[in-house]
Amino acid sequence: MIHEPSTPADAGEGSPGRPGGSESSGSPGAACRIRVAIPVQLRALAGIEPEVTVVVEDGGLEPPTIRRLLDALEGMHPGLRGTIRHGDTGDRRAYMRYFAGTEDLSHDSPDAPLPEDVASGDEAFRIVGAIAGG
Amino acid sequence: MGQVRILVGTAKGAFVLTSDEDRTDWRVEGPHFGGWQVMHLKGSPVDPDRIYASVWTDWHGQVIHRSDDGGRSWETVGNEFAYEGETGTHQWYDGTPHPWDFKRVWHLEPSLTDADTVFAGVEDAALFKSTDGGASWSELSGLRRHDTGGIWQPGAGGLCLHTVVIDPTRPERMYVAISAAGAFRTEDGGETWDVITNGLRSEYIPDPGAEVGHCVHRIAIHPSRPETLFMQKHWDVCRSDDAGDEWREVSGDLPVDFGFPIVVNANEPETIYVVPIKSDGEHYPPEGRLRVFRSRTGGGSWEALTDGLPQENYFNNVLRGAMSVDTLDPCGIYFGGTGGEVFGSADGGDHWTCIAAHLPRVLSVEAQVVP
Repeated sequence: MIHEPSTPADAGEGSPGRPGGSESSGSPGAACRIRVAIPVQLRALAGIEPEVTVVVEDGGLEPPTIRRLLDALEGMHPGLRGTIRHGDTGDRRAYMRYFAGTEDLSHDSPDAPLPEDVASGDEAFRIVGAIAGG
Repeated sequence: MGQVRILVGTAKGAFVLTSDEDRTDWRVEGPHFGGWQVMHLKGSPVDPDRIYASVWTDWHGQVIHRSDDGGRSWETVGNEFAYEGETGTHQWYDGTPHPWDFKRVWHLEPSLTDADTVFAGVEDAALFKSTDGGASWSELSGLRRHDTGGIWQPGAGGLCLHTVVIDPTRPERMYVAISAAGAFRTEDGGETWDVITNGLRSEYIPDPGAEVGHCVHRIAIHPSRPETLFMQKHWDVCRSDDAGDEWREVSGDLPVDFGFPIVVNANEPETIYVVPIKSDGEHYPPEGRLRVFRSRTGGGSWEALTDGLPQENYFNNVLRGAMSVDTLDPCGIYFGGTGGEVFGSADGGDHWTCIAAHLPRVLSVEAQVVP
């Protein structure tokens, strides 16, 4: 399924909390705008569209990572905390997967750089629920 | 005239059923949280429009919602349930040590005196408390750290703390039930706990009179007699008249004493209700006949209530949290089945009607009377 890109209103403003994230220069204008595809149950929970744009302010010095992207997403939508990653450890929940296109990022280090096409906004970072239920 | 509100948690969302005090015409609203397992919803006795909901899925884990308008709108609140300190192990099904691991909230019990205070019974078994409307949660770890905690074992549904009862006359006294560990009482608001299983016998465990290991399914009290507890156990219906110090079996002439829920009539403290289920392997009523059994003598002698209930081909279960009473006179009794129907009686169980049908599997039912 292809989701329509989100509206500008979905983009995060300000500087989201990023516990555990790496430091950045935070220089204005250097932020990455990353598209994130949201699984259906979490759209209703957070009251958001199938795809949102998340601002990760990395200052252009450090490439964005899964951890910093999810920190920023949870900063925009606090109701999502604990539903994608465990709140205490930050580990990916067992039934959640991360993809860039068809590339499975689920087992990448959360501190590894995101693929360039995700960081550039050309490709969405997809949060996908495992198929279960028959 | 007030309103009666029934909060129904199901395997795929929550539903709110409302009626006036005649309790004849019901409006069904929902689902809220469609697709999520709603383990339990319960309103605050202080402010009935303050409702807490435990919502969960395997995919996304635990979410707690709160409503301040009687369930019309909801907001997410805190979902971090962190055990205090080193967690150690309990026993797994095969008797081997197994690390304590939070899975979900089975039961939410709002305080009787403060709308912002609520208790949460969780799996793996522990009790948490929030004093800020669910925004943050702290474990009352004295329960999990009880001397027997290391040998608690899960029941078929997991090692779940599924029942929290607060004594209305002395709120620092509470009771909890854990499957399959047993029943516990605190006299100091949850700091320290005693096992209260004297008199229970469970033939399905190696030592039928053991201190822990009893699969307690539900405990109920009447506010006017808080020293008297009624229990539906895995097998056996029991009562205690000394706050759980000693139990005795009151299954009496029930056709079978296995079941899950037990409730007390709001106006008659010796009138209790159970829904017998054929066996622990066959989770449906005997002969496919859905019968509520009522005892007006606090157990021992029971009568079948069938008027309006299906008397053939009913092969669903009624889960431990899926039965509740309102506070009107005559008392309203409500329960939901795993087939997705909710039955109600506005006359203490004499006559029943199906007040909602074709819902998802019903996990919990709570009745409220709203001014």
